[in-house]
Amino acid sequence: MTGQTPTPAEPLWEVFVRPRRGLSHGHVGSLHAPDAELALRHARDLYTRRQEGVSIWVVPAAALTASSPDEKDAFFDPAADKVYRHPTFYDVPEGVAHL
Amino acid sequence: MYGNDFGPPDEGVDQVKDPDRDTAHADAAAAALGEGLLGEVAAAEAALAEAAGRTVGRAAADADEAALQAYFDAVIAADQKIEPRDWMPEKYRRTLIRQIAQHAHSEIIGMQPEGNWISRAPSLQRKAILLAKVQDEAGHGLYLYAAAETLGITREELVEMLVSGRQKYSSIFNYPTLTWADVGAVGWLVDGAAIVNQVPLCRCSYGPYARAMIRVCKEESFHQRQGYEVLHVLGHGTPGQRAMAQDAVDRWWYPSLAMFGPPDADSTHSAQSMAWKIKRFSNDELRQRFVDMCVDQARSLNLTLPDPDLRWNAQRRAYDYTQPDYDELMRVISGDGPCNRQRMAFRRQAHADGAWVREAAAAYAAKRASDREAVPA
Amino acid sequence: MSRPGLFDYLLALGDDALVTAQRLGEWYASSPAMEEDIALANIALDQLGAARLLLSYAAEVPDTALPARTGGPLPVAARPLDEDALAYRRDDRQFRNALLTELPHGDFAHVVTRLLLLAAYQVPLYDRLAAADDPRLAAIAAKTRKEVAYHLDHAATWVRRLGDGTAESHGRAQAAVDALWPYTHELFAPLAGGPIDPATLRADWERTVTAVLAEATLARPADGWAPGGGRDGLHTEHLSYLLAEMQSLHRAHPGARW
Repeated sequence: MTGQTPTPAEPLWEVFVRPRRGLSHGHVGSLHAPDAELALRHARDLYTRRQEGVSIWVVPAAALTASSPDEKDAFFDPAADKVYRHPTFYDVPEGVAHL
Repeated sequence: MYGNDFGPPDEGVDQVKDPDRDTAHADAAAAALGEGLLGEVAAAEAALAEAAGRTVGRAAADADEAALQAYFDAVIAADQKIEPRDWMPEKYRRTLIRQIAQHAHSEIIGMQPEGNWISRAPSLQRKAILLAKVQDEAGHGLYLYAAAETLGITREELVEMLVSGRQKYSSIFNYPTLTWADVGAVGWLVDGAAIVNQVPLCRCSYGPYARAMIRVCKEESFHQRQGYEVLHVLGHGTPGQRAMAQDAVDRWWYPSLAMFGPPDADSTHSAQSMAWKIKRFSNDELRQRFVDMCVDQARSLNLTLPDPDLRWNAQRRAYDYTQPDYDELMRVISGDGPCNRQRMAFRRQAHADGAWVREAAAAYAAKRASDREAVPA
Repeated sequence: MSRPGLFDYLLALGDDALVTAQRLGEWYASSPAMEEDIALANIALDQLGAARLLLSYAAEVPDTALPARTGGPLPVAARPLDEDALAYRRDDRQFRNALLTELPHGDFAHVVTRLLLLAAYQVPLYDRLAAADDPRLAAIAAKTRKEVAYHLDHAATWVRRLGDGTAESHGRAQAAVDALWPYTHELFAPLAGGPIDPATLRADWERTVTAVLAEATLARPADGWAPGGGRDGLHTEHLSYLLAEMQSLHRAHPGARW
């Protein structure tokens, strides 16, 4: 039954994102996932919410896994219309400072 | 970190009375904040890149501990960053783990008070914004857990310390969000206070933490602005909306001031953290900065701050204000705030409910791995 | 565009997305891992975004084309129409979402299984609508199909893991499939006012879902009981509670801006 056994440790994955065409993949951070498939999906959701990338690699200790070019649209376009994630979306009244 | 309202350290880190501080630091912060918080974050990012270009010499491969310490000190002095595989004093490592973990826990627990209003947000646009904001908080928690893990602690250990109560989270999240206006007040005041605390940490000496903070601060700016906008609309809305907004500001003002921790005069705080460039300004310096920011902003909201003694002091060139109730802060830190039990129970329940899923995912991954091994090469 | 029934059609699609987003929004901070909270929030935001586009379009359908068929006429309070009027000032009898979307969520298996069953329908739906002769609907569909493709992928990823994970997870996943399966039939019932017949989506849906279930070592339930009525405003008892919560603040302040 659940709760009795200790939680299995999920492997740590390092995440590399190519910000734009023409730039190399850069390390952006890490995350936990039980396998590569989920690591890649979590990396997309965690590190490219604001259109920070066009391609992702997730790397466990030894292997390397990259997102497939076919998935580019479904991966990244859904972040395109979430303009409210950017501070410039908000109207700040004239003369209000420090926001 | 989110605030300095965590209570005493849970590890034996040296706590000494603050020595003379470099007042130039405070002036620099004032100037930088005056140019906008995002500008300060950008400046920290530029400074990080610039410092990376300075050479500090190298530590010899076979250096003894004194030489390693000297190299570590030189890196800090040059405003360069300590990176995960560098030698570092054990206390530096432990202090950072505690600070980063408490900050991460605060983000994770902080999802609850605002998440409370996702289902009832009064327009579809506000619902979308609030969902994105609560999602960001989970993201910030994860950036920070990842930064802590570079110091040699595991996620499992970090989560365990949160759900067991061995590490604290920011006490502000032990207050309830009673009306929609609380979503605005939390964004404006709580996130505003958090940013004032966090912007200096973009210059923290530990590289992974500084980089995580740069990312967090850029995103937090959206949080503060959305909160301000929510209150602005309410403050200029119907009488009922304005009353709701004023009530929320009345309830959140003093707890937000308490986020900066006890006053300098009554508190010990770590000179060592200052020297290590983990902490960069005192509680009172940051609290004053926050008060000065909020006074003008409140005026535009058509709302008042609930402090009859709030007034400009021309000599200090700052606002005089009433201190928050630090006895109340201590009660909340020690576990007797309105929502401590509720927040912890929620987090523990979610963690426990997820156990069978985590076990299933691990079992599936193990099966796939053994499938691959079974395939002839 | 003011095809007869277009308004109802847009409400059906928009309400599916809105009610899905509302249910996912209730799940915040409850996932088995924090990484998953972020994923589900993204999916909720996508569905909410689609709902807003569809309801905004519905709000602009000319008054003369508004039918009075579904669950009675729109309440006077719902005019003038915009996305919020349609989301916050209609009663459950005027909502046209499929029952599948409004069922209260159970455990995590229930959350991802429902998402699989819904997204496997939304993918061919929006693929087809992207080629519709209604340019506004086609543009909404072209955007939404990329999003729901990701939802399907994410849900399938989890259903495979739960089905083929441990004995407990297999049992929970099968229970979720069995509980939700009857509600999928309604997705393919005739729906007036749209450019495609939902029945024509069924083969695609069946192929996608059965493939995932097979990989997940889960059994496809037998077809039998087929509850419906959501498209005509006849819902389960659950929807009015969902709406009572969602609409409470908005309705408490008539005429207010937010």
